[in-house]
Amino acid sequence: MTVKEVSIGDIGARGARADAEFAGDKMLINMGPSHPATHGVLRLRLELNGEIVTRCEPVVGYLHRGDEKIAENMTYNQFIPYTDRLDYIGPIHNNVTFVLAVEKLAGIEVPPRCQAIRVICCELARLQSHLLGCGVYGMDCGALTVFMYAFTEREKLYTLMEQLTGARFTTSYTRIGGLARDIPEGWLGNVLKVMDDLEPVIEEVDKLLSRNRIFWDRTVDIGVISRADAIGYGLTGPNLRASGVPMDLRKDTPYLGYEQYEFDVPIGANGDCYDRWLVRMEEMRQSIRIIRQAVERLPDGPWYAEDARKIFAPPKDKVMTRMEELIQNFMIVTEGPQIPAGEVYFEAENPKGALGFFIHSKGGGVPYRLKIRSPSFCNLSVLPKMVPGHLVPDLPVLLGSLDFVMGECDR
Amino acid sequence: MRERLNAILEAHPYLAARPSADCRAFNCPPEHLIGLLTCLRDEHGFDFLTDVTAIDHQEARPRFEVLYHLFSTERHDYLRLATPCADDQQPACPSVTALWPTADWHEREAYDMFGIRFAGHPDLRRILMWDGYPYFPLRKEFPLAGLETPFPSEDLTEATGASVLPAPMLGGPFHSAQGGPMSAREPRAGDQSWTETRPRPAAAEGAPPGAA
Repeated sequence: MTVKEVSIGDIGARGARADAEFAGDKMLINMGPSHPATHGVLRLRLELNGEIVTRCEPVVGYLHRGDEKIAENMTYNQFIPYTDRLDYIGPIHNNVTFVLAVEKLAGIEVPPRCQAIRVICCELARLQSHLLGCGVYGMDCGALTVFMYAFTEREKLYTLMEQLTGARFTTSYTRIGGLARDIPEGWLGNVLKVMDDLEPVIEEVDKLLSRNRIFWDRTVDIGVISRADAIGYGLTGPNLRASGVPMDLRKDTPYLGYEQYEFDVPIGANGDCYDRWLVRMEEMRQSIRIIRQAVERLPDGPWYAEDARKIFAPPKDKVMTRMEELIQNFMIVTEGPQIPAGEVYFEAENPKGALGFFIHSKGGGVPYRLKIRSPSFCNLSVLPKMVPGHLVPDLPVLLGSLDFVMGECDR
Repeated sequence: MRERLNAILEAHPYLAARPSADCRAFNCPPEHLIGLLTCLRDEHGFDFLTDVTAIDHQEARPRFEVLYHLFSTERHDYLRLATPCADDQQPACPSVTALWPTADWHEREAYDMFGIRFAGHPDLRRILMWDGYPYFPLRKEFPLAGLETPFPSEDLTEATGASVLPAPMLGGPFHSAQGGPMSAREPRAGDQSWTETRPRPAAAEGAPPGAA
């Protein structure tokens, strides 16, 4: 058997191999790193037998920025903007997960109002992420309308983010021990209004695709991941739940008071591409349910931990008028929040799966080692197992169903 | 839960408790690692390998440690295991890819970033950096800015004569270096690219006064 390698998209090799023939029993081709169906800079090395993929080797790292190295060289608060750029589809959830990890190490419990605001933020991020995930998934299957519907609604969520944080995309909203600021006046009403707008659109998208014969043909029994494989390959989030594992960290290891909210965790039966779609659609409905409960019961009171003196900066008006608070603010800005020595691992149910932060601290304002456990990285590692046996046209569907973000995968 | 962990500790006398701010953590000698992880997975329900990572302890011996985070999908609790790498120059550790396929990519990453060789790994090569990259970036001696290296593609290096350059640090991105006095750590303190003493460009003719 002869194997010929043809490289498309590799500038350096293209000229040299221009006369490589498309002959032989098996053909090796590159898909990506610049390919619209790979949703970012993922590269797949595929071995094809005719139209059937016989081997798939993902090549990641094109977006590697060394976030873990950067984290070792700056204070905890300075690292928060870097977490925006992990899963940049729902950035505010990364902010929350990161500060929860640091707060766990510092032993800080933020007040109920702060927790509830963070819950609203997390669920808005989940909606942002799933609207994109489902929208482009539809587009990958040729249903462009769904993409347009989803993005129209997603735009409103960005406007909510802008009202809350001042930025549409790079939110950096949380601080160790609290938030950057309290919610603006009237914001909760806007949140409810957007939820009212969003709900019928989700139903409409559901009607358009979930019982669509063409969509069924492209997704049902495609890309089946068994329960054992899903656990073995470390899948988390909707991809794991679609394979029938009822693991949702919001229920299993509740944080931010998630145990107070009523919501269901949808799980799939077959673990195919269609189940992953259904799970994401249902999670959006559940997120709206959580947001409504959180808005309704949002407690009054402080929005930051008032006793975390060496960790959370004092209010600006006091910094400007009082000596003690000025010094405190100066020390926190220059030296970083003072976090005790120790080791901690915290993961939260991010839209893409379990985003984890492992912190090894020797005390002070800078982590000695910070490891980011990225759900997209683990979710992609199942590709060599899942893809072989499928047709080339199935690839966009398989990739779309996994809903990954390379910014988070490559860190 | 506590009884269960004490039972693990009793059944495996080589284990030592490890200081931890959250879940239970153990130090395990590398020769017992595979046996212990198999036992934890099959008999104690820690069926989910969440994460594999490493720490570079710089001066301390042993220098490199590999950490495993296990999760139980039934009981919803975490367990942290750490195992030292015997050799500081050529750190090595047994691979757990046979137990959990997810360890494949995690171990490749630990190799890529720290240079830890996982014995028994089916395909140990770099994952985030490119093949042939000469350094291990998360080792503590590797500078934050990076080091000059040739481009991944040889013909690109040949054609352009350029290489991958370290990032500009002072006056560049807002990175503060560790250590040293605070005034020196402030990144803009060392920025001499503009000062009051530097002559301003002459104002264009006909421009309103003050418009430099």
